[in-house]
Amino acid sequence: MVPVIAIFSHVPPSSLFHQLTTKVVKDALIVSGKTIVVAQIVTLLVGTPTAYFFASRRFPGRAILVTLVELPIVLPPAVAGLGLIVAFDRFGLIGRHWPWLASHVAFNQTAVVFAILLVSAPFYVRQGIAAFEAVDPSLVSASRTLGAGPVKTFFRVTLPLARSGLAAGLALSLARGLGEFGATIMFAGNLQGKTQTLPLAVYTQFESNLDAALAMSALLVVISFAILFSLKASGLWLRTRPVVVAGRG
Amino acid sequence: MEKLHANFRLPLRSYDLEFSLDVEGTVALVGPSGAGKTSVLRAVTGLVKPASGRIALDSSAWFDSERKIFLKPDERRVGLVFQEYALFPHMSVRENVAYAGRHRVDEFLERFRISHLAGARPTELSGGERQRVALARALARDPGVLLLDEPLSALDANTKIAVRGELQELLREFGLPTLLVTHDYEDAASLADHVGVIVDGHLRQFASPQELVAHPADGFVASFTGANLLRGTAHRREDELTVISLESGETVYSTDQGDGAVGVVVYPWEVLVGRSHQPDSALNVIEGEIRSLVRVGNRVRIRIGPLTAEVTDASVEKLGLAVGGRAVASFKATGTRLVSYR
Repeated sequence: MVPVIAIFSHVPPSSLFHQLTTKVVKDALIVSGKTIVVAQIVTLLVGTPTAYFFASRRFPGRAILVTLVELPIVLPPAVAGLGLIVAFDRFGLIGRHWPWLASHVAFNQTAVVFAILLVSAPFYVRQGIAAFEAVDPSLVSASRTLGAGPVKTFFRVTLPLARSGLAAGLALSLARGLGEFGATIMFAGNLQGKTQTLPLAVYTQFESNLDAALAMSALLVVISFAILFSLKASGLWLRTRPVVVAGRG
Repeated sequence: MEKLHANFRLPLRSYDLEFSLDVEGTVALVGPSGAGKTSVLRAVTGLVKPASGRIALDSSAWFDSERKIFLKPDERRVGLVFQEYALFPHMSVRENVAYAGRHRVDEFLERFRISHLAGARPTELSGGERQRVALARALARDPGVLLLDEPLSALDANTKIAVRGELQELLREFGLPTLLVTHDYEDAASLADHVGVIVDGHLRQFASPQELVAHPADGFVASFTGANLLRGTAHRREDELTVISLESGETVYSTDQGDGAVGVVVYPWEVLVGRSHQPDSALNVIEGEIRSLVRVGNRVRIRIGPLTAEVTDASVEKLGLAVGGRAVASFKATGTRLVSYR
């Protein structure tokens, strides 16, 4: 708690607000805002079917595959960043087969999005698997016997019942993605107005303009607090199961 | 009324479920837990696919292994009421009932006396109300077959008696071929025209409730079926005893309270058998021809008129009982229980 209080007590609030309007901070805000929004949308669109797939299927090697998907949660971000670099290298796993893609993902905002995705999406997928698995199977069966096909069943029963768990997962991945540092600086670089996100700007400004670094830090603290607090308020924090009311059949 | 034909083999974890039955009217499947009862329902709805066989409603096949037909649950005209009702917790009562189709929702809410609960969530309902919603939802789909999985087991003892009465009425009203699963023989006997006893995936016996008590196929069926259930009309009396005029013509007494249409429950081992009527404390006496004598283990089940008694081999010999002869069955008013029957 001490470091958090220290950030707010080091300079007067008026100076914090003033610093937020400087060019370097505004640039970082825009980069972070754009990349995190894109990353969250991709996480939703790709992570939801992935989570549903793992929750509804049992096959040999599933445990290993799930562990691989969750691995970036515990991996040092620098390792993740290095992995991205060699994957998109001209001779890398992706660069070799799709050179066009590789040449468009280097030291730009697409690279930032990739770095954020790699470290934050696993939080969503992990929570999503738990959320889908917690949906009472008899409710899904009931939907089918009531004449609904698999698609209607998914959108009217499974998804609404998993929604709160998915929302919690998305919030966690948002918080993780906002704070992403290591993978981004290695894979996307640290170019102001281009790939310099808020955490990178904090790191850069810390030597030249401490007040600006403090202002951005304060902003990140407030956002992180808001995410965590809203999770707690909605009763979703540290809860792998969303609210399921009906009994099991 | 349509007829459900089910004849299939379904491998389960510890045995193969082999099932063959034609369902007309109301049929109850009874058996211990793990006997495969619920799997029968899952196979009929299409939630699991049997290895071989045929499941059809009249002439339309839902599953036919030879003709490679397997309809998905949503393609079968089947209504299934789940054991814990499986109401959608995120929808109101109205939305639950409307899930299968938006037409006639009001009519169903009205008919099942749940109109006043239309806006309520399932968690706010009592057990009996939940069951009515589950039934309304299943029947709103206009199914050709109704399946009920342990329809009364989620209810407490007091609610159960009332709900069982409601269920009897509804089953009669809708007149669908109905297959219900229960581990409680009393529920089966009071709801169904025919009862199938299923053990370890095999149908041990299929007969009317009266037949099952009188002629159990084996010791298991005998111990499972347990009681006689005699239908009649109850009249309350001043002296606190209830008088019941049985459908078979006799009059019996019970210490239980009851009025109107009731079932009198008597266990076969509570019934004394003699050649002639001896004065004793048993208030209820039924005299009649011995219609059958069936050995079950070291005991004998004797059918006298509407009643089945269980005595030892030695007693049968001592009294010289034989089919066609006359005998007197007696039992105490305190040895009876009354259950609702409409």
